[in-house]
Amino acid sequence: MSLLDRHTGFVRALRHGGLPVSLAEGLDAARALTVLDLADRETLRAAYAAALVKRHTHRPVFDTLFELWFPLGVSPEEAPEPPEETPAESAPAPDAADAEAFRDRLRELLLTDDEIALRALAREAVGRFAGFEGASGSSWSAQLVGRALDPKTLMAGLLRAVLGGRLPGGVAERNARRMIQARVDRLNAHILADVRRRLAEERGIERVAETAVRPAVENLDILRASRADLVALRREVQPLAQRLATRLTIRQRAGRSGRLDFRRTVRASLSTGGVPLTTRHRPRRPHKPELVVLCDASESVASFAHFTLLLAYALREQFARVRVFAFIDTLDEVTRFFERPGGDVGEAMRRLTAEANLVRLSGHSDYGHAFKVFVEHYGDVIGPKTSLLILGDARNNYQDPALAALETMVAPARHAWWLNPEPERDWDTGDSIAGVYGRHIPLIECRNLTQLGRFVGELA
Amino acid sequence: MTMFASPEDARTRLGAVDYLTDPGIATAVFLADALGKPLLIEGPAGVGKTELAKAVAAATSSALIRLQCYEGLDESRALYEWDYRKQLLRIQAGVDGWDEARAGIFAEEFLLARPLLTAIRRDEPTVLLIDETDKADVEVEGLLLEVLSDFQVTIPELGTITASRRPFVVLTSNATRELSEALKRRCLYLYIDYPTPERERDIVLTRVPGIRAHLAEQVVRTVASLRALELKKAPSIAESLDWAHTLLALEADDLDEETIARTLGVVLKHVADHTRAAKELGLPGLGG
Ligand SMILES: Nc1ncnc2c1ncn2[C@@H]1O[C@H](COP(=O)(O)OP(=O)(O)O)[C@@H](O)[C@H]1O
Ligand SMILES: [Mg+2]
Repeated sequence: MSLLDRHTGFVRALRHGGLPVSLAEGLDAARALTVLDLADRETLRAAYAAALVKRHTHRPVFDTLFELWFPLGVSPEEAPEPPEETPAESAPAPDAADAEAFRDRLRELLLTDDEIALRALAREAVGRFAGFEGASGSSWSAQLVGRALDPKTLMAGLLRAVLGGRLPGGVAERNARRMIQARVDRLNAHILADVRRRLAEERGIERVAETAVRPAVENLDILRASRADLVALRREVQPLAQRLATRLTIRQRAGRSGRLDFRRTVRASLSTGGVPLTTRHRPRRPHKPELVVLCDASESVASFAHFTLLLAYALREQFARVRVFAFIDTLDEVTRFFERPGGDVGEAMRRLTAEANLVRLSGHSDYGHAFKVFVEHYGDVIGPKTSLLILGDARNNYQDPALAALETMVAPARHAWWLNPEPERDWDTGDSIAGVYGRHIPLIECRNLTQLGRFVGELA
Repeated sequence: MTMFASPEDARTRLGAVDYLTDPGIATAVFLADALGKPLLIEGPAGVGKTELAKAVAAATSSALIRLQCYEGLDESRALYEWDYRKQLLRIQAGVDGWDEARAGIFAEEFLLARPLLTAIRRDEPTVLLIDETDKADVEVEGLLLEVLSDFQVTIPELGTITASRRPFVVLTSNATRELSEALKRRCLYLYIDYPTPERERDIVLTRVPGIRAHLAEQVVRTVASLRALELKKAPSIAESLDWAHTLLALEADDLDEETIARTLGVVLKHVADHTRAAKELGLPGLGG
């Protein structure tokens, strides 16, 4: 493939992956290629990133595609490829001794900070362990390599080596563990990149890119997020909340002064000979809404409630008051957990699941019962200044939906919404009664941070 | 004429003024200069965005002209304004008729150049730092876009002033709000994240003379662990440096739990963060 083909293919793939690369930016990147020494792959990567990636959350997509379009070994200067391994079937099947030999080398390597050697080992290991015969012919799997090398089981030994033969616990051990884990993560990234490279050679880059590219964090399905995704998501919530807050303050300030106060304006003009030099305005009616949140705290949707509450609390200046109620099969007010000094929503979420009274019988969500409890004990919480927000997947485990109770809650509120983190196509499947509830309250799909941010921005 | 011969050249020369780059930073700096495009830098507070602009100026013997953004910053503070007091004086003292007076008072000597105009008019090598762009109001972005597109400014009374020598432009943002797509498209982009412990250790070693490598290593490893705690305000490079300075002053040899507990205030500024970290790291005497 010529450099030009590679360039245009890469730019096209980025657009396909969701990066809004303009024509001018594509040209910037092309110009960059003419002033750089293309021999160095990391420089090339950095140059493309500078010209084409204008948003940090797009970087993982960019890196995945860069690995595919500019794989190691493509530019002439890269270390020569190790002799191409014979396909899995003709080489002797890797055995335990083989794996042990690799693990010995890996153990040594993880104690140093030698990126190039780590990558070389990863590629060699892929050649040795990744191949397998699948239903549709020979293929490559990163999992097989992970199983053969099994770096997790090296951890204890490595920690001892770093910490002088002991496992002292505490900060020293925590730091050492982080250091080694970071190296293992890089090893895994190299393994994955090389498996994809080999797949791409056989099946074509586009097809591999299709499955390799994951959406940017703000477009990740919150409900399906892995543990690592959740960490990334939490990291994004804070800046998102901050951006929303900034925007809202600007909006409020723009419309700061209220209607003209005619009498006060005329009175003030007396001191300037009846010429109204300054106008007087009525104070703007402080109509900050009160926010009442009811959230399903059962495991399946708790992460969604967590993010929504993080946003709600980050924006609490915009509300006269925020009250939070959580439920699983029964309901409890949990505002107190959020109102501690230095309040930390993550901490509050942990405590409320441990300490609040959310489970009566089964521990399966029972929206109907929760609504009834709310009406009975907190009915007067909702008034004409209230914005009511219900968070959950409307999966009621085939219980009574208690529509009358929901009606009682919605009727007095100024606004009421239900955010459902499930994709709309899954509504009304299984025990979901989103459609039924949706007839009594506006029910909105809210799967990712983009949708959530848009909604909360309009709410406040 | 470009300032840097290659990314490698950028790396060495920035290193010579004690700014430690990584391939991403060195390449972006080189390209911004080589392609004559502004460099927009985003990233958390305290990772060296502002410092990079200063380092580029120092490394290339350029003057640093800084436009600090803030809410309410406007054209008259960013670009230029007429010195109306001097103009008034001139009119009062004037013997000429109105026409002459008008021609006279809109001349060079009554013009107050602000950072953008100053940077464009300079013939000497210049680094223009537009710092914390996200703090300015959205309208300022329009102004920046205009000025940074063709590096010229039109003053109705004087005509168009075009840069004879384009400044090296750095815009920084802590991303408290999203900058406009148009401005981003105009710039090359660099995201500076917290450094790897290896690079941060080297930064500490350069910036805190006298610190032992072992202690520097412990500082940056512990700071990395703190950053992983999802605190309200994660410690930045500036905090690592402060911590290293403090430990040096206390003549600490080793960063054990005891010492961390005593000096944690240097690194974490929020009470809630402090409590959280003490609990997570199992520090003595602070309770959780
Ligand atoms: N790459 C680096 N090399 C050396 N020192 C650095 C580097 N990055 C940051 N620093 C140190 O960290 C401090 C904070 O950086 P600063 O530029 O003020 O952060 P930002 O503008 O990103 O908020 C600087 O004063 C400098 O001492
Ligand atoms: Mg700064």
